Amino acid sequence: MVISIASGKGGTGKTTVATNLALSLNKSIQFLDCDVEEPDAHIFLKPKIESKKTVSIPVPHVDEAKCNLCGKCAQVCAYNAIAVVNPIRRSKNEIGVGKENSPIPETKPHKELKGKVLIFPELCHGCGGCKLLCPEKAISEVDKDIGVIESGESKAIQFIHGKLNIGEVLSPSLIRAVKEHINPTRTVIIDVPPGTSCPVIEAIKGSDYCILVTEPTPFGLNDLILAIEVLKKLDIPFGVVINRADIGDEKVKQYCQNYKIPVLMHIPFDKEIAIAYSKGIPIVEVKPKYIQEFGKLFEKIVN
Amino acid sequence: MKQIVVISGKGGTGKTVIAASFAALAKNKVMADCDVDAADLHLLLHPEVLQRHDFKGGKKAVIDRDRCNECGKCEQVCRFNAVQNFVVDPISCEGCGVCSHICPEGAIKMEDNLSGEWFVSHTKYGPLVHAKLGIAEENSGKLVTMVRQNAKLIAERERKDFVIIDGPPGIGCPVIASLTGVDLALVVTEPTLSGIHDMERVCRVAHHFGVKTYVCINKYDLNIENSEAIKRYCLNSNIEIGEEIPFDQAVTEALVRGVPVVESSDNKVTKKIESLWNRIKQIN
Repeated sequence: MVISIASGKGGTGKTTVATNLALSLNKSIQFLDCDVEEPDAHIFLKPKIESKKTVSIPVPHVDEAKCNLCGKCAQVCAYNAIAVVNPIRRSKNEIGVGKENSPIPETKPHKELKGKVLIFPELCHGCGGCKLLCPEKAISEVDKDIGVIESGESKAIQFIHGKLNIGEVLSPSLIRAVKEHINPTRTVIIDVPPGTSCPVIEAIKGSDYCILVTEPTPFGLNDLILAIEVLKKLDIPFGVVINRADIGDEKVKQYCQNYKIPVLMHIPFDKEIAIAYSKGIPIVEVKPKYIQEFGKLFEKIVN
Repeated sequence: MKQIVVISGKGGTGKTVIAASFAALAKNKVMADCDVDAADLHLLLHPEVLQRHDFKGGKKAVIDRDRCNECGKCEQVCRFNAVQNFVVDPISCEGCGVCSHICPEGAIKMEDNLSGEWFVSHTKYGPLVHAKLGIAEENSGKLVTMVRQNAKLIAERERKDFVIIDGPPGIGCPVIASLTGVDLALVVTEPTLSGIHDMERVCRVAHHFGVKTYVCINKYDLNIENSEAIKRYCLNSNIEIGEEIPFDQAVTEALVRGVPVVESSDNKVTKKIESLWNRIKQIN
């Protein structure tokens, strides 16, 4: 079973719920931290990292000896990751313009300037289109590192997380790589990044159940509603955990009641929990009664 | 005109509370909410929408089943596993268009994808540019850029002194789009190990893009030891500490009332946020 833990709003307690759930279940657990931009679960689970692997995406490399500067690559790239400076002059017919793309402008090359292909790897999605469609077979692919995947053990928990390199944008690709490690014989817990866009979808996709963690504030409610829309679109069953349940207002509770959304658990605001959190200590270590509470949470999901 | 972005790495450290407070404190500015996939600033600034624009973030492949002869080439070339049984899953499709180029029958079209909306609004604190990314859509970075460009245009046209940007959490695409070319990044963090870990990563991103950075420690008194660690990190990395803001229940109460916390002075945080803004507005 794959359970993902998400929230629209950041800082509501995703990692708290994910790590404490993992620590409370008497099962063989695999924990995937898919918040690859800011992975924090290791702070609480303290795994012994045993292996580290670099993740890369393929980006184009042009063999200048073969390239005739036709400009096809720049024309097919949907991400503007490749540009041809001073392309040779060709008519529309010659370069075989795709239906959806406008032809490259028919400008005369400047005589003194040599043509050149410029590649912007930070914009490349690694789709392989330029390589596939280059008429001269002048494009090959080289690996560009986007992050690392580290894995190890934390007691009985198999732990894996991805860490995006500084300055990189392609978190969905790294999340995909982390999820390739899913071991279906275990109970898989996925810590999801905040928000509602592509990294979130990539992390949640394929889950059997999603726990949405929120807080009873207008921000918490607004972002919970957005997250619920995502899960409906992905057709994944979900329930809500209300963290710091006794601060703020009643509107999250009312919303869940009105729309018949199961509220799986309330975690009250507790200074002791907040201080433990600040030190990287899981709730179940300072308040062992929560082992049972998280066990009940899991039972609710399974039933 | 100066552009200031509020970011944090970790979510929920208080970016929007600080940004909304700056909206109330700064005199002549445009606000921009660049947390486009979970925008919250409007809940405190109560905008009246003046302009509404569609955002077409990219394209999605669509297969014309009448022309498709089920050769399967599209499925072979797609690196995003978006084609299955001759149907494109729009959620997985990244709009690269390789399938449409390779299809021998010309059966695949790349169609504009309406992936969100952006707005120009009036608030009692001045103009606000904000957006709503469509559900389960991508290209949030492009939408962020759209919001920023339009906020900047308004600021230039109306001779504003500041663009104040409420940024998204994380360090990826939308954060980089919010950050590049600004005059100052204010990193709001909290004295927890996660807060520190995430602050260090986002500060490195700001440094990577050559952006001047201040750090503000929110709820600093929750763990004084960790707050000291943050200060040591900043000292070693040549980052200025903007301010240390104490924990106060008044912040949540103001949130529930839907107003920037600095609208009342009856709490422990207002003075601190005022002094933070007074410091930030002097950057050059």
